[in-house]
Amino acid sequence: MDPDLVLLLNGIVSGLLLGGLYAAAAAGLSVSFGMLDVVNIAHPAFMVLGAMLVALLWGATGIDPLVLSILLTPAFWALGAALYVAYHHFFERRGDEAIQGLAFFFGVLFIIEVGLVLTLGPEQHFADASYANTTIQLGEVDLPLRMLVPMLVSLLAIGGLSLFLRRTFMGRAIAAVAQDREALRLLAIDPVRVKRLAFGISIALAALAGGALVVVQPVDATSGHVFIGRVFAIVIMGGLSSLGGCVLAALAFGVVENVTATFYGPSWSPAVAFGCLLLVLAVRPQGLFGRAA
Amino acid sequence: MSDIVLRADGVGKRFGGFTALSGINLEVRAGERLGLIGPNGSGKSTFTNCLAGAFPSHDGGFTFKGEKLAGLKSHERARRGLARTFQLPRPFRGLSVIDNIRVPLAYAGREAATDEAAMACLESVELAGKASRMPKELTQVELRRLELARATALKPDLLIADEAMAGLSHTEVDQILALLFRLNERGTTIIMIEHVMRAVTEFSQRIAVLVAGKKVADGDPRAVLSMPEVEEAYLGR
Amino acid sequence: MSDATLPGVTLTAPRRMGHAAFWLAAAAVGLAVILALRGIGSEYVYFVSTIVLQYVVLATAWNILGGYAGYVNFGAAAFFAAGAYATVAFGKAMGLGLLPCIGLAAVVGGALGFGTGVLTLRLRGAYFAIATLCLSVVLQTIVVNWSYVGGSRGAYVLRPRDVPWPFETYSGFLCAVLVVLAAASVAIARTIETSRLGLGLAALRDDEQAAEATGVPTLRLKLVATTVSGAMMAVAGAPLPFIGSYVEPGSAFGLSYAVNAIAMPLIGGTSSWAGPLIGAVLLSSLQQAATVTISSAANLLIVGVLLVVFVCAAPHGIIGLFRGRR
Repeated sequence: MDPDLVLLLNGIVSGLLLGGLYAAAAAGLSVSFGMLDVVNIAHPAFMVLGAMLVALLWGATGIDPLVLSILLTPAFWALGAALYVAYHHFFERRGDEAIQGLAFFFGVLFIIEVGLVLTLGPEQHFADASYANTTIQLGEVDLPLRMLVPMLVSLLAIGGLSLFLRRTFMGRAIAAVAQDREALRLLAIDPVRVKRLAFGISIALAALAGGALVVVQPVDATSGHVFIGRVFAIVIMGGLSSLGGCVLAALAFGVVENVTATFYGPSWSPAVAFGCLLLVLAVRPQGLFGRAA
Repeated sequence: MSDIVLRADGVGKRFGGFTALSGINLEVRAGERLGLIGPNGSGKSTFTNCLAGAFPSHDGGFTFKGEKLAGLKSHERARRGLARTFQLPRPFRGLSVIDNIRVPLAYAGREAATDEAAMACLESVELAGKASRMPKELTQVELRRLELARATALKPDLLIADEAMAGLSHTEVDQILALLFRLNERGTTIIMIEHVMRAVTEFSQRIAVLVAGKKVADGDPRAVLSMPEVEEAYLGR
Repeated sequence: MSDATLPGVTLTAPRRMGHAAFWLAAAAVGLAVILALRGIGSEYVYFVSTIVLQYVVLATAWNILGGYAGYVNFGAAAFFAAGAYATVAFGKAMGLGLLPCIGLAAVVGGALGFGTGVLTLRLRGAYFAIATLCLSVVLQTIVVNWSYVGGSRGAYVLRPRDVPWPFETYSGFLCAVLVVLAAASVAIARTIETSRLGLGLAALRDDEQAAEATGVPTLRLKLVATTVSGAMMAVAGAPLPFIGSYVEPGSAFGLSYAVNAIAMPLIGGTSSWAGPLIGAVLLSSLQQAATVTISSAANLLIVGVLLVVFVCAAPHGIIGLFRGRR
């Protein structure tokens, strides 16, 4: 086969795999930012917190990182629920979400990062899964399990969440919060309770994404930075509250970024991320975004 | 022709697949008091937003004082003398009552932004005593008056009063009505969008009715209100 | 530097100090501070004051967009670093000294601010904030890949050997320059705040549609605010290479500048020029003290915690506490 074609094919496939990681990172934000209108810019920091904890626990127990991250989800759910209670109490209820709410999550991001540096040090942490060095080869295309397994686990989790949102009463209540707060009141459901549950889920997803992240690459306290632009771009591109759209956007994003990196060098990847976000923000009519102000 | 202050030609607006407004033709004479009524969701607010420039893209067009409004932003329309109030009062909550008035005075440039001009404007709505208060200290009816004062500070040729009386008591409605009459006597054309029928009938020289995004009637108040379509639109809901 | 000018805060008083009077007062306070620092004459005091004053400029600049117009800029570090690297690049390319570099940094920062504004200000609040965060990442990527200014290894900048008259050391000169910059930025902020522009910004901060309906050209005012704010943030960063004689992207783009630029105005109070001034002086002095006594990572944690505590418990900042609930 033409070597350029092989390069392109491998670029696309590993882009899809990278996109799986992005989907995991963005899915939680799709719930909090997309559905609940909570601009949690600390979301990637929670993912890194999850990744560092997984690395720590892996060092102590040797259990598979992804299993560890699943074990972490209840604790992260509780953390997210508590955080939402504070956010609601201080900002949403007061109607002061804009500046102070953004600054609040910025402060949280900062506390997580500096806290991690202070307790675990600034160096990189890693966790090796047993399959980390295995690569399946399909003809000329490489499928490293280090990327494939986290992707499959993330997609499974997102699929499960999607089913939960569609099939269960509470799940449909969350979807309803996204569209119409009044409808909930008519059904006599407390919107705060629904949002607390949903925000907890979004942070639990961050823990899972952290597990996926640490399998894919070593992680340090500031690894979340490069994800902030990406995950918001993906969630906005995916149509804010649609999990399916989020996954598709994440895969597309991974492919575009990876193919760019393959052919023009990795230093251009952040530029692609930023360019995509700007493009999305410029193309989507302003009215659709009005509610976030 | 010259005494037509506003003309709407085939104004329409769609949101996705939903047609909120279609083919509205309307002429308003200078100095006129026009009532614009219709059930909830009939397109009154959409019409206001199109006219004020809040929805830049819509079908058809407006001519205001002989000038086409297409392409003009909201603030440019405001500076040309087109004022509106919002259905729910939207004061600048971080600014004191008098500073709320200073904003249109300073930016519309139709009058010097002096303290005297701002106080005069507040006096006309009997809020002069609360000039240094913050909006959150005002009562509902005072907020409505502030909303009106802020719009009139533009010295508008045309004022669209969007449900300025919803939820007010009988006497409070009378206060706002008296205010609007005074303004009209000084030469401001007024379009009143209102659900309080007593106010509409008392105020309007002419009534136009919107139902489901279309104008179904336009004319003398008594004749319009006794039309079967209008009664049906109101009572049929 | 704050105490002598504080009486100007009383906004509720019917008569306020005029613009000219305020500029004169700021100049007088600035001169007094320069003389006082010269009297002490210690290199360490010069160094600490320089850092504190740098934060006064940065926080005041951030507040023009963030506090007056209500647009949260998470990319303060990008503007700050743009100023620092403008000094490195122009200094290397044309052999310019500190003062012309500060002027050029203002131009670069202003252009950057204007460009950001054009690209993003049609977006509502949260989207603007996210876009500025991305801008920071992109600029850092560019600087890391730009070998002329040292790339990821950083760049050394030598302080000139001759010290301008009447200063005894270069640190003293640098500190005096920053006193002037800080006094000027506070005066600029105060001028904007009490002018027609400030009134329009306050209106659009509360409600953009209502501001438009009352004749305020919101987009144009926001562009003015991003440009002025960007230029001033770059000015804050311009002296950085001369302060440490060394810049590298990791520290110039460091999150600590971004978080401080936000935390200082919010902790001090965003509605008035005095807020960022008080916040910057308090918070950066605190950090200098913590750096000496505890550790540099711990002092950043303090900032984060203070930021969260203040936005939760005192949304109007320190001046809000004194003024009572308005």
